[in-house]
Amino acid sequence: MKVLRDTWLVFERYLTVLLRNPAWMIIGVLQPVLYLVLFAPLLKSLASTRGFPAGGAYNVFVPGLLIQLGLFGASGVGFGLIAELRAGVIERFRVTPVSRFALLLGRAMRDILTLLVQSLVLLLLSIAFGLQPTVPGVIIMLALVALIGLGMSSLAYTAALALKNEDSYAPLVFTLSLPLLLLSGVLLPLSLAPDWLQHVAQANPLSYAVTAARDLFNGHGGDPDVAKGLAVMSGIALVGVLVGARSFNRAIA
Amino acid sequence: MIHTRGLRRTFTTRHATVEAVKGVDLDIAEGEIFGFLGPNGAGKTTTLRMLSTLLPPTGGTATVAGADLLREPAKVRLHIGYVSQVGSSFAELTGRMELEMQGRIYGMSKAHARSRAAELLTSLEIDDAADRATKTYSGGQKRRLDVGIGLMHRPQLLFLDEPTTGLDPQSRARMWEEVRKLRRAGTTVFLTTHYLEEADALCDRVAIIDHGRIVSEGTPDELKRQVAGDVIVIGVDGAAAQVLQLLQAQSFVREANLEDGSLRLCVDRGETAMPQILRLFDNAGIELGSLSLHRPSLDDVFLQQTGRSLRDAA
Repeated sequence: MKVLRDTWLVFERYLTVLLRNPAWMIIGVLQPVLYLVLFAPLLKSLASTRGFPAGGAYNVFVPGLLIQLGLFGASGVGFGLIAELRAGVIERFRVTPVSRFALLLGRAMRDILTLLVQSLVLLLLSIAFGLQPTVPGVIIMLALVALIGLGMSSLAYTAALALKNEDSYAPLVFTLSLPLLLLSGVLLPLSLAPDWLQHVAQANPLSYAVTAARDLFNGHGGDPDVAKGLAVMSGIALVGVLVGARSFNRAIA
Repeated sequence: MIHTRGLRRTFTTRHATVEAVKGVDLDIAEGEIFGFLGPNGAGKTTTLRMLSTLLPPTGGTATVAGADLLREPAKVRLHIGYVSQVGSSFAELTGRMELEMQGRIYGMSKAHARSRAAELLTSLEIDDAADRATKTYSGGQKRRLDVGIGLMHRPQLLFLDEPTTGLDPQSRARMWEEVRKLRRAGTTVFLTTHYLEEADALCDRVAIIDHGRIVSEGTPDELKRQVAGDVIVIGVDGAAAQVLQLLQAQSFVREANLEDGSLRLCVDRGETAMPQILRLFDNAGIELGSLSLHRPSLDDVFLQQTGRSLRDAA
C-alpha cells in the first residue's frame, strides 16, 4: 500500500534527522528527569497528607511525569515542520506524488518512538528512585503515552502549518500547554484541589490520562478510570489525526 | 509538453483583489528550453507555480506533460520536476540522503535510488559534499543539489524558478552548463529569470511577461529583430558620401546614415547583410576600414514592449 510505504519513508527520514542530532531527545527527557530528582523528593513528606492518593510519592508522581513528557514532547514538534517550510522542503514534497497523509503519519510515528524511548529512560531512572511498577501497568502506560503523542503531535503540526512561523507558534504552545499541565494534576494530585478546580480539571482531557496512569501504577489496572483514560486519549488521537490530515491535505494540496 | 489557454490567477486579500496572471496562452514543445522573462511581480513565479501544480488556477485551461492540470494534478506530478528559488533540502540531512529519499517517493527501490543518486552527484559535481549535511554547502552546491532533487525521477519536464538568482558568476556559468546538458538529454525545461543574458544564452524560446500578461514571445533572435533589426557600423577612409549612396540603394538596407565619419546601417538580419556588404565593397573596389555588427538585446525588446527598462523594473 502506497500510504504505508510512504509513511515508512517519511518516518525513516525524520528518524534520521533525529538520530543525526540526538540532543533534542536528551533535552526532551531532561525536564522530567529534573522534576524527578529535584521535585519528587518534596512529595515524600506530603504523601501522608489527607487527600494524597495512596501508593507512595513516586508511584503517584511518575505517572504524571510521563503524561507531561508526552504533552511537552509532542507540542514542540511543530518547530521542525516550520524549519522545513522555510527551507522549501514541504513545497518540494507538494510537487511529488507522496501521500499527504503519510507526511503527517510518518512524522507522528517518529514522535511516538521518541516519546517511548524517553519514557523508558524516565521509568528506569524512577525505579532506581523507588517506583514499583507492574509489567502490564508499564505496557498500558506506554500505550497511553503513544496515544497522547499521536494526538498532540498531529495538533501541533496542524498549528505549525497554519501559523508558518516560530514567532506565533511558540507563544501558542506555551500558552496552551501550561494550563493543560496545571489542570491535569500532574504536579500535585487533583484530589488535593478545591471543588471548583476539580470541576474545571474535568474539562481537561489530560486529567483523565493522569488518573488512568496513576491507577496503572498503583495496582488498580482494572479500574474503569483506566479504560476511560485510554478512551479519552484515543478520542484525542483520532481528532488530532483527522484534523492534521485535513490540514496537510489542504496546505499541501 | 505545456499548453495553456487563458490561464489566470487572482489573489484575494482582505483589502483588494489582485490579478497576478491575467490570461496566459502558452505552447511549449517537447525538448524545448522555454524562458519566462519579466521583472519581479510580473507573474512569472505565479504562472510557474500554477503549471507545477502548487497553485490552483482561477481560470483557463492547461495541459502539462500530457495530463489536465486542473482535473488530474496527481498525474501531472508523476512527470514533472520542480526546483524552487527558495531551496528544497533540509539543513541537517546530507545531499545523498535527500536525493535517495526523493527517488523512493517516486517508487524507486532502495538500490535504484542509490545508484541514481550517485549518478546525479557525479554529474552535478557534488560528490565531495555528498555525505555532508546540506547546511555546509556553498550556494552553488546547494542549487545544484536542488536541481538534482528535481531530476531524480527523470521527469520529462523540469521547472526551474530563477535558477541562478543569488549565485556568483562562476556558479551561474556552472548552472547554465547543467541546463544545456538537459537540452542534450531531451528534457523540456521551463525556466523563469529576470536576467536577459540568461534567457538569451539558454532559451530556445522566450516569453516576456509584464503585469500578468505576455507582451512578446518568440526565439531570442526573433524578439530582438522585432525591435529594429541589427545595426552595422562601417568605417571607411574616404568617399563616405559615395559609399552611403551605394548602400542606400541596396534592398537589404533599411536605413543608412553617416555619423562621425562612420556609416550606420539598419538591417533586418545582420548575419546575412555582412557578407553582402563585403561583396559589394569588393566589386566596387572600395577600401573597407572596419565592419562591426551590433545586435539589440532583450532589454531593448522589453523597453519597447513595456516602456521600461527591465533592469529598472527588476
